[in-house]
This record gives sequence, structure tokens and C-alpha cells, in this order.
Amino acid sequence: MNLALADIRHRLGRFLMTCVGLGLLMAVALSMVGIYQGVVAEALALSRSLHAELWVVEQGTRGPFAESSRIPGDVRAIVARVPGVAEAGAITLRTAEAKAPQGILRMQIMGYEPGRPGGPSAIEAGRGLGGARFEMVVDARARLPLGATVELGGDRYRVVGLTRGLVASGGDPLAFVHLRDSQDLQFKLAPPAARRALAAGAGTGSTDTVNAVIARLHPGADPDAVAETIRRWKHLAALTDAEQADILTRSVVQRARVQLGMFTIVLLFVSAVIIALIIYTMTMDKLREIATLKLIGASDRTIVGLVLQQALILGGAGFVAATGIVFATRDFFPRAVALGPAEVAVMAGVIGFICVLGSLVSIRAALAIEPQQALGG
Amino acid sequence: MTARIALEGIGKTFGAGETALRALDRIDLVVHPGEVVGLKGPSGSGKSTLLNIVACILEPTDGRLALDGETVWDGRYRVADLRRLRRERIGLIFQFHNLLPFLTATDNVALAMTLAGTDPAKARGRARDLLDYLQIGKRAGAMPSRLSGGEAQRVAIARALANRPGIILADEPTAALDSERARVVMDLLRQVAQDQQAAILVVTHDEKIFDRFDRMVALRDGRIEQDWRRAA
Repeated sequence: MNLALADIRHRLGRFLMTCVGLGLLMAVALSMVGIYQGVVAEALALSRSLHAELWVVEQGTRGPFAESSRIPGDVRAIVARVPGVAEAGAITLRTAEAKAPQGILRMQIMGYEPGRPGGPSAIEAGRGLGGARFEMVVDARARLPLGATVELGGDRYRVVGLTRGLVASGGDPLAFVHLRDSQDLQFKLAPPAARRALAAGAGTGSTDTVNAVIARLHPGADPDAVAETIRRWKHLAALTDAEQADILTRSVVQRARVQLGMFTIVLLFVSAVIIALIIYTMTMDKLREIATLKLIGASDRTIVGLVLQQALILGGAGFVAATGIVFATRDFFPRAVALGPAEVAVMAGVIGFICVLGSLVSIRAALAIEPQQALGG
Repeated sequence: MTARIALEGIGKTFGAGETALRALDRIDLVVHPGEVVGLKGPSGSGKSTLLNIVACILEPTDGRLALDGETVWDGRYRVADLRRLRRERIGLIFQFHNLLPFLTATDNVALAMTLAGTDPAKARGRARDLLDYLQIGKRAGAMPSRLSGGEAQRVAIARALANRPGIILADEPTAALDSERARVVMDLLRQVAQDQQAAILVVTHDEKIFDRFDRMVALRDGRIEQDWRRAA
């Protein structure tokens, strides 16, 4: 017979309530792990979706995600002719607030030329951008339906396609528009300002400016060698995709990662203390029973088994509850809660370790109980 | 015949210096197989202390304790694993039953046997037999909270008998029972003493069961005041 299970069955209501409470606490810790992973996954989502092997940006800058970069639009054609480059596409990136049917919507607007690198790799619903202007493909996170109209920079855009999982490093949904539309949004002066510039003697200026050119290479081409060729042009810098990913994770979202990581550690520490206290209380509630067990000859192994098994059952049940809660609610989080089997398994291991650690004090207390404590009324 | 319990000059002092309390002083007591001995005396006379020393729960201060002819204590414990000694050779019955509240009557009895290494299925079988023998077989599946005082005490007796111990120690086993049930419990213990040739030492204040003992030992201020045999 299993004493730990028998005792749990005897106090089932109390045990379940404890599990629910512990489950909620663990759910917070598990969510934090998921959000931590989500921040990294979201930061890399666009870069991975574009399948770019090379990022060409303004010299002295580290690419459109890290800082401002402006290069002429014709750089795309130059890059496309570099040996080793299979195709190249110009892109623009800017954060904008659009008027959507449900209110003001903050989005990351990405301009690209349909048919060239820079567009979404997969369309979840609807279609990609066609020949017409003022069309938009937007991520499902924006909660815009197909056919919805969005006002952006004084123009009205129609949603023709939806993507999934494409967000900026800050969690804003990505919206893809024609390069020409995005250049107008980003670089064209408003009519009164243009008139003033013309009166001051300045030209109307070209808006054929982009933030970066991305390139895909021929199979077998060395990204570092091609990047080195491009860097010879004085006004350009080139980053491989690995360098871009490194900038995204180590620079752009670094503070958020560290903040979330620290918070997760604090939460795990708090969880460990609470688990230890619960196990200790559960053990002390059985003081007389443990003393009786010793009185009738139970070995220390039996006593340790009782405490340890209950700690692990409690931790396991709480973790199952936590996992259920997180997976049932993660779609309601504003940012991705990226939890895969690996994260869940690691967290289960951490909780198991915390339970074992937390039960040590209780085991020590249980072993110190004297059999005489079972006697008397 | 080898004595089941033999105490020679057993003493027990609690504390030290000016606050030292001599709870037992030079106790000599021998209990033979099949003998049912009552231990009486006013509160603080040392009855429970004596019982706890025989149960190896409390270490004496001086003297010698032998169980089944084997010296257990003579200045220090001579047995390495006291809990093993308790589960294999001593059956304990307490005033408040001390049944585990999360186990059924059967499992409470079977537990004593599984702790001693008996196969759980066999232990449950013998536990049911014991409960039948003690006439509470129909309550075998009940939790302790559902048992009456008399039923719980009989389950506790079944647990004490589970490993067929040669020594049974009982502390006020009938205190919570009415006269009729108290006599039933004592008759059961007498039966066990005869069937298993067990030595039974019972601490009691309960005058209505004094006639159920072969011998009565009266303690006062930690010493044996009287030791007499019931007339056959």
C-alpha cells in the first residue's frame, strides 16, 4: 500500500485546492518562461520568414531592426548583379499607427516589391500583394479580417491577405505593403511641407530610398565572401543572416530578455519557498501519524518515502494544472508564449528539483519526530 | 522457561542536577509467556515510563532490560535497530488507538505486516482474518473516523497482534470503553496470551478489569509497592 497516496486520498479536497493554488503559481512561472522564449522567437520571426542570406544597409549602421538605415533604392539592382547573389529585394520598415475598424492599431509596416525577396513566406488566408497599390497583407495578431479597410498616412489600404506569427521584435503585428506605398508613407512630404521646401529652393527630392536590401545567394556561395565584396562600396554595409540574428537577440531584445529572465528566476525562487512551506505544513499536519509509524516500527526509508512522494505528487499535479492553464490561455496573451516540449520538459525538471529540495527541510523535521509524540491525547 | 520481559534494577531519571526527577527506581519485574500482568498506580507513579522503557521508546538510566532472554539495554542499547525489534517482537496498544486516519481498518492492520516485509496481499489476508477473530470483520473496510471507540480499539489490538509478537504492551487500552466492552477487550488479550504464549503488560486504572489479570503490579513514586498474583 502506498501511504502517500492513501493520505492524499484521505485529504483529497484540501490536496486539490493546494494543487490549484500551486498550479496558478507555477502557471505564472511557466508563462514567464514562454514569454521569454516568445520574445526571442518573435524577434527572429521576420528575419527567418524572409529567408534572406545577406542584409545590405547604410554604412556604419547595424541594419533596419537595430537602428535607422537609409540607402538609395537603386542599390537593389547593384546588389543583384554581385557575383553569388541569386536575387535581391529592397525593403522599408517603419512603425506606424493605423486607423482600423476596432480603433488605433500599432503596426510595423514593411514595404517590398512583390515578386522579389521581402514578402511573407506563407499566406494563412487570402492572397499576397498583387499589382494594385494600397493593398495590405497583415498578421493575424492585428485581428483584422480579410477585406477590412485601414487608414494609413491619409490613404486607405485594403487587407487582402493574412499571415500568422509575423511580428516585430516589440510584438507589433507586421503589415506588408507595396514598396512604393511604404516609400511614400516614409519619405514623401505632406503637400504643405513640399510646397514650403520648393519655395525655399529645395527640389521635390526623390523618395526612392529604402532601409535595406536583402539578398538570397546561389547555392554554394559564401555569404561572408559576398558580404565582403559589398562592403568595398564605401556607403554600404553588409550583414550575414547569422549576424543579423545575433544583433536581434543580443542587442534589440537583450534588455527584455534579461528583465524577463530575472523575473523568471525570482518567480522560481518564490515558488520554491512556497512549495517548501506547503510540504512542511503537510508534513507537520501528520506529526502524530509519523510518530505512530515510528512507534510501530516504520523505517526512516518509509518516512522519507512518504514525505518525498507527496512532495513530488504535489509538484506533478500542480505542474499539470499549470501547463493546462498556460496552454488554455496563451492565445489571450498580447505577446507570444512560446512553449514547446523542450521548455515544458525543462520546467518539469526544475519543478521536480524544487520539490525534492523543498522536501529536505520537511524530511529532516519528520525524521526528528520522536515516537513518544504519538502517545497521549 | 525464558522470560519474555525481564527488568533488573531498572531506573529512569529525567533531567539533571537540582531539577532531576527520579521517575523509576530499581524496578525488578519478570513476565513469562502466557502471563497477563496489570500495572497500576496513581498518576506520576511511573507506569507509562516503565511501559515505554520496555517498548524501547524511552532509554533507561540504569539497570538491565532483556526481552526473550536477549539483553536489550544494560547501560546502552545492545540492539542496533530498535524499530525493527519493535515491529517484529513487540505489539503496542495505545489508549487513543493511534490508528492511521488515512488507512482502512484492514490496511491499518496490514501495514504493521508490510513494514516487517510481508507480501501486501498476504498481509491483507491475515489482517482480515485477525479482524474476523476480533469480531469486527464486517468493519474491515471502514476508515478509523467511522469506527466506534470499541471497534477502533479492536483494530488497534489486531494491529498489535499482526506480526505474532511475543510481547504485547498496552497503555490504558480500556479507558475509552464501557465496562462490557472493556471486559471483551481484556478477554481477547487473555485469549491471545494463551494462544500465542505472549507476555502481556497492561497499564490501567480501570478497576473493573482487575479480575482479568494473572498478576497485578502496583507502582508508587517509581517503585514497586505491591506485586501479587490473582488466586486461581
